[in-house]
Amino acid sequence: MEHKVINSVEALLFGSGRPIRLSEIKSILENTGLSVELSEIKRAINDLEMRYEGTSLKVTEVASGYRLQIKEDHGHILSALWNEKAPRVSKALMETISIIAYKQPVTRGDIEDIRGITVSTRIIRSLLERNWIKVSGFKDAPGRPALYSTTKEFLDDLDMKNISDLPDLPDPIEANEIGIEDQVISQAI
Amino acid sequence: MQHNSLAQLEIPVVMGNHLEELPDDLFIPPNALEIFLETFSGPLDLLLYLIRKDDIDILDLDISKITDQYLEYIELMDSLKFELAADYLVMAATLAEIKSRLMLPKESFEDEEEDPRAALIKRLQEYKRFKTVSEKIAILPRVDRDFFIASAKVPKLQESLLKEESEINITDLFTSVVEVLNRPNYKNSHLIDFEELSTKERIQILLDILNNKNIISFSKTLRKPEGKKGVVVTLLASLELAKDGYIELIQNKSEELFIKSVRGI
Repeated sequence: MEHKVINSVEALLFGSGRPIRLSEIKSILENTGLSVELSEIKRAINDLEMRYEGTSLKVTEVASGYRLQIKEDHGHILSALWNEKAPRVSKALMETISIIAYKQPVTRGDIEDIRGITVSTRIIRSLLERNWIKVSGFKDAPGRPALYSTTKEFLDDLDMKNISDLPDLPDPIEANEIGIEDQVISQAI
Repeated sequence: MQHNSLAQLEIPVVMGNHLEELPDDLFIPPNALEIFLETFSGPLDLLLYLIRKDDIDILDLDISKITDQYLEYIELMDSLKFELAADYLVMAATLAEIKSRLMLPKESFEDEEEDPRAALIKRLQEYKRFKTVSEKIAILPRVDRDFFIASAKVPKLQESLLKEESEINITDLFTSVVEVLNRPNYKNSHLIDFEELSTKERIQILLDILNNKNIISFSKTLRKPEGKKGVVVTLLASLELAKDGYIELIQNKSEELFIKSVRGI
C-alpha cells in the first residue's frame, strides 16, 4: 500500500511537468480511489527524495508546489541536446524585475524613479508574458496607474519557495562599496 | 551634425577641453547607440560606471569632473542618434544644474541648505542597491537555462489540432481511409471507344435478312465474333423494329425468339 502511494505521487510529479501541491495530489488520488492523508504524501515525497539520491533527478519545493526536476549538474547536457539557449534577459529587464520584487507593489513611475530612465513598454510586456509579474491593483493616484507584483511563477523559475529566498537587498551604505565582483561583471559586458 | 568617422570620435572636444582618450574598457563603434544603450541600462548606470572607473566613493562625488565625463559620453551619443535617449539628456541637465549651484559663492547658501549633490547621491545609492541585487538575481539558477524540469507530460499540441482530433471517431477515420484508398480509381483515364456495332446498321441488316426470309430465329441473326455485344445490339435493333411495327417478335415454348416480318401483311 505504502509503495503504491509513493509510486502514485511519483507518477503525478513526473506526469504533471509543473509544480503540484500536496492538496492537489491528495484530491487526485482520492478521486481515483486511493485515500491518503497529506502527511502520507509528504512522507512519500521524502521517500522519493531518498530514492533519487545518486540519480540525475530531485524533488524540489517551489512557490507553486512540489516538482520533479533534473539536477543542475546536468543542465549543460540538456542545453546541448536541445541546442537552444533560453532567451537572454537584458540588464534593464533584470533591474526592473528586481525593483518590483523588493518594492512590490509598484507602479511604472516608482520603477522609473529608481532607475532614472523610462521603463519601456517592451520590458513590462516581456515580464507579463513570462508570467513573472502581474497587475495586482491600481494605485489611488491620478491616472490610476497599474501596480505590479511578482508571481509564483517568478519564484518557481528561480527555484524558490518564498520571496524571502531572494538575495538580501544591500543597505545603501553597503552599496557604496564597489565590490570586485561588481567590476568583473561590468567588464564582462 | 553627423561626424561619425572613428577619427573624430577618438578625440572628442568637450567644453573647449581636449579629452585625453576614450575609456579603453568601453568600445563604442560609430552608429552604435543601440549598443551604448544596451551596455548602460540608464543614465544612473552610466554615472555609476564613471564613478567606478575613477575608483571613488559615491559620497565623494566630484560633480564637476563627473559632469564633464558624462557630457563626453553625451557628445558621443549626440554624434549618433540622440532622440532615442532623452533620459540621458535629463541627467545631463541635472548634473549641469548641480554643478552651477556648486560654483555659486558659498555665502549665497543658507546654512541649513543641503549639499546640492545630496539628492543625486541618494538616487545613485538607491539605484546601486537594485543594480547590485539584480546582478545577483541574474546569475541565480534559472529554469530552462541552468536547470530543467523532469517531465513525462504529454506535449502541448496547438489548440486547433486538439480540437480537430477530438472530433474524429473511428468511423470517420475508417471512412477517410477508404475514401483515400479509392481515390486513385477516380483518376483512372476513361477512354470512350467508337461504337463498334451500330444499332442503326444492325436494323438495316435485319431488314435485309427479312427481305429474303419472312421469319428467322433470333439466334441465327447473330455473328459469333461479335459475342455478347452482338446479342445486345441485335436485341436493341429488333426491339426498335418491333416498336415501329416493322416486325413481330414471337417466342414460343422452346424459348427461341423468332423475328417475323410484318411487311408482307
